[in-house]
Amino acid sequence: MTALALPTRRQEEWRYSDLEAVASIWPTPAPTRIDVAEGETARHHLLQDAADGQVAVHDYVITVADGARCDFHVLNVGGKLGRVTFDVTIGSNAHFELNGAILGGGDQTLEIITSVTHAKPDSTSGQTIRSILGQRATGSYLGSINVARDAQRTDAFQSIKAMLLDRTATANAKPELEIFADDVKCAHGATVGELDKAALFYMASRGMDPATAKTLLLRSFVAGVFDDVADEAVRQALEAAAIAKLEALV
Amino acid sequence: MLTIDNLTNEIDGKAILKGLSLQINAGEIHAIMGPNGAGKSTLAYTLGGRPNYEVTGGTATFEEQDLFELEPHERAAAGLFLGFQYPVEIPGVSNLQFLRESLNSQRRARGEKELNGGEFIRLAKEKAGLLGLDMEMLKRPVNVGFSGGEKKRAEMVQMGILDPKLAILDETDSGLDIDALKIVGAGINAIMRKPDKAVLLITHYQRLLDYVKPDFVHVLAAGRIVKSGGPELALELEREGYAEVVA
Repeated sequence: MTALALPTRRQEEWRYSDLEAVASIWPTPAPTRIDVAEGETARHHLLQDAADGQVAVHDYVITVADGARCDFHVLNVGGKLGRVTFDVTIGSNAHFELNGAILGGGDQTLEIITSVTHAKPDSTSGQTIRSILGQRATGSYLGSINVARDAQRTDAFQSIKAMLLDRTATANAKPELEIFADDVKCAHGATVGELDKAALFYMASRGMDPATAKTLLLRSFVAGVFDDVADEAVRQALEAAAIAKLEALV
Repeated sequence: MLTIDNLTNEIDGKAILKGLSLQINAGEIHAIMGPNGAGKSTLAYTLGGRPNYEVTGGTATFEEQDLFELEPHERAAAGLFLGFQYPVEIPGVSNLQFLRESLNSQRRARGEKELNGGEFIRLAKEKAGLLGLDMEMLKRPVNVGFSGGEKKRAEMVQMGILDPKLAILDETDSGLDIDALKIVGAGINAIMRKPDKAVLLITHYQRLLDYVKPDFVHVLAAGRIVKSGGPELALELEREGYAEVVA
């Protein structure tokens, strides 16, 4: 996995990254391996809230064995570069679910990159990513779904929505499908939008100050991403960090 | 309470209001009627401070403050309420959350103590009851999936909770059947018919005025008030049409 040569923009998965930042910590740490055994259910999360100016790269290599399930929640908010990648292989009757939020401001570059391989028949996967980007921040989601030749009845979806708070912020959303089986359902949707001006005026007309109104709309935009985190303490920690970041952005 | 003097405005470079003057005192209910395109909604939005509704001349003084110096949320905190002809849907934000944040924003701006959860719920229950709106509706996202009548009733619940000094109600009667019209009319009277409050009703039709009796009726045409009178003017308009009365 870990190449010794520095990445370049020619490599799709590095196209929108901050290569200078990557070079400063190269080579990146070895990936974290997660192997979910047959019939097991695993829950994982990452709160990437590195300090300002830091470079954080987290690579995960995940296998979900037959009949197993893996749920992953990620909040990507910290550092000059915050990059989280998932290389996932799913077995038969198995499920992988990724719920994530990217909240960036300043000159941050924040990325979630996924490669999900449905290797065997009857497996499912879901990916839901919400991004909010202000100032000169760049937020990217690059997600490829690969369905192997005999992975019939694969059912996969990607739901990617980004919200730009300033005209100078950038959102990249790049779903990619590579399908070699013929009985497959892969749904993907990607939208990039701005705060609803009609809603902002309606809220102001009721007396809500602009910062409160924006925060409320943004909270509703990312609401749901962490709803199904099973561990209550983890859910609260993720939500508190998300709200703190949102309040800093508006 | 509100003095508008020779107000002119533009939307995207197009002049709409062309020298509108109007005086509203505490304890009064005014109705503005007029044909489509006269500038009725524009007047409401301009007083509310909607972006792109550019004031090009004239003044509006609300409770001794220059209204146009205030941001929209500051106008609300000063006691102005704008009832929308088309209330906006806000998915993901519940009515209760929306109203509690709005009310507490206003209270902060006025240097008053914020309401806690319990105090706010009691207030919301009382005002929802006044308009016959189920509390369950208030737990749902703002106006999402509400019928036309429910949206207008929800607006009046908002008005009850926020308790403004002056309510500018832009075609609050549109989209209401007779039963809903009665409820909304009674709600406006209960909340706003007080010596220290005032209402500006903007409407096409006489029928709301059967339930909320105006003290003054004005006819707005081509961006100006062209005729003012008592409640009898509304009946005359209904009988003879705008063309006849304005001519």
